[in-house]
Amino acid sequence: MLAKYDVELIGVTKRYGATLAVDNISLRIPQASYCCLLGPSGCGKTSTLRMIAGHEPISNGDILIRDQNVTDLPPAKRGTGMMFQSYALFPHLNCLDNVAFSLKMRGTGKTERHARAREFLNLVHMGDFADRLPAQLSGGQQQRIALARSLITKPRVLLLDEPLSALDPFLRVRMREELKRLQRDLGITFVHVTHSQDEAMALADLMVVMDDGLIRQAGAPREIFERPASSFVARFIGGHNVVPGERGLVAIRADRCRLGAAGSGPYLSGRVAAVEYQGPLVRVALETEFAGQATALLPDKLFYAGPVAPGERATLVWSEEDVHALPNA
Amino acid sequence: MLATRQFHASSGKRPWTFYALASLFGAYLLFLYGPMLVMYLLSFQGPNGGVTFPMVGVSTVWFEDIMRPGQMANIPVAFERSIALASIVSLVTMVVSVAAGLGFRRRFPGSGLLFYLAVASLVMPSLLVGFGIGLGFKALGIKADLLTSALGAQLTWTLPFGLFAMFAVVNRFDRSYEEAASDLGASAWQRLRHVILPILLPGIIGVGMGAFTLSYDEYARTTLAIGSRNTLPLEIYALISSATSPTLFAIGTVTTTVSFCAIGVTLFVIFRLQRRRKATALQFN
Repeated sequence: MLAKYDVELIGVTKRYGATLAVDNISLRIPQASYCCLLGPSGCGKTSTLRMIAGHEPISNGDILIRDQNVTDLPPAKRGTGMMFQSYALFPHLNCLDNVAFSLKMRGTGKTERHARAREFLNLVHMGDFADRLPAQLSGGQQQRIALARSLITKPRVLLLDEPLSALDPFLRVRMREELKRLQRDLGITFVHVTHSQDEAMALADLMVVMDDGLIRQAGAPREIFERPASSFVARFIGGHNVVPGERGLVAIRADRCRLGAAGSGPYLSGRVAAVEYQGPLVRVALETEFAGQATALLPDKLFYAGPVAPGERATLVWSEEDVHALPNA
Repeated sequence: MLATRQFHASSGKRPWTFYALASLFGAYLLFLYGPMLVMYLLSFQGPNGGVTFPMVGVSTVWFEDIMRPGQMANIPVAFERSIALASIVSLVTMVVSVAAGLGFRRRFPGSGLLFYLAVASLVMPSLLVGFGIGLGFKALGIKADLLTSALGAQLTWTLPFGLFAMFAVVNRFDRSYEEAASDLGASAWQRLRHVILPILLPGIIGVGMGAFTLSYDEYARTTLAIGSRNTLPLEIYALISSATSPTLFAIGTVTTTVSFCAIGVTLFVIFRLQRRRKATALQFN
């Protein structure tokens, strides 16, 4: 019988001496899903990933992979594969031998392991680079090799530590698509650590927002974007204005705000601090009297129908139905 | 700083400090290599020539003279001893430095104290270390000899050096290589054999070569701990204090050649290692 969850964390805690890096978190990652751990640096996302991988001992709690408790198993016995932020390709081995490394450790014969390694090089479109040393590859190519090297172990769960952070923005978007394609084609779970909201939203089936060693919210990206659980989540994922409402803080999506005159609906007035042209949208930042900075994302057509300039006074308006009350402000 | 440099690069004019420092460096090079070049030249002195210029003809008699065991010194035998001792010292230094370098990556109780104890030997007066070792062996009634007390005395010199060098090498070793290897199912031994040692190999060879050359011309620590079978530097010293002839220059030329050969062989080995890696890569084309 197939397990319902590929990864389960039960009350997992990580302490480094007196500091608490991960604080009693629980999480279930459904079968064959793309999970992104998202959070600012130092939030515990990388520690969590390394505990799943088995590179960091767990202070408290249990980790299950497909219903098997792996808490005390060494990395290679967990059915996980890890892709390191630095890729950690062995510099003295060519790409083929890098990819074939795990087979060699298991004692697979040379002909067979090289044939298998070639299959996986082809899977990541790196078949022509078998004889190159890692130092002769670009960052994106090194990443593909690292991916092939992890995938050849047939992991149930692939763990990726900030895999796209070393790439230039253009390549990042392309590799992002490719990661998602691989995950879908292979039908395994990917757990991907990132500090980029865009990346998490684009990739994740399950997005886990972490802060201060805690999971602040976990769910589908759309669910989190439309209904952030707290002011932290609303601010961190961006695109929201967090302002005081009648009963505590509320969040309003910046793209639902308009510039106009104060009427019967809710509004905020202030001075224009910045105007950024972003192509299809124009971002107007307002320094308000009562709620700090607030922004409006306006379609370009709308903005140029009544443009404002920095220094001018303006009023932000939105409709009552776009107000989302933050349950845990 | 950067702006000034770019300015000078574009105008093609160097500041006067460049010429001052370049002259200083030139003088240093002359001081370092000048006397040695003179010595190499004079070692080919003719049979009737002396230890100073002018050259009275050109010959290799002084080199032939080295090979004849004399009353004062037996150079060929001492040379063999020195090479054997230096090889053993080099091997021991490599093994211990690698082990210590890997061990010291993690802090453990007393690691700081242990480190300072190990490197303190570098600042102790060499002669006294050798004297102490010689004395200790005598007190314990063990015969001081080439591969006992002399080996130990030289290791007090090469091990701290090897340790320092290995720390620098190991510090640059990215821990995630090891984690990746264990992720891919490598055992502790396989990690060492297939990942750590190959990546550190150039550094390890460097440490070995350093230890070899340190041992090969070690004098102060060895002299009071050697017993009766002298190494080459001790024989040469005996020769210098007893006789002056171009034979000394010939010995200098030969020993320097040996040192350069050691360096050459090391570089060749490293070069071959890299070429073999490329060759294994190419056969799959």
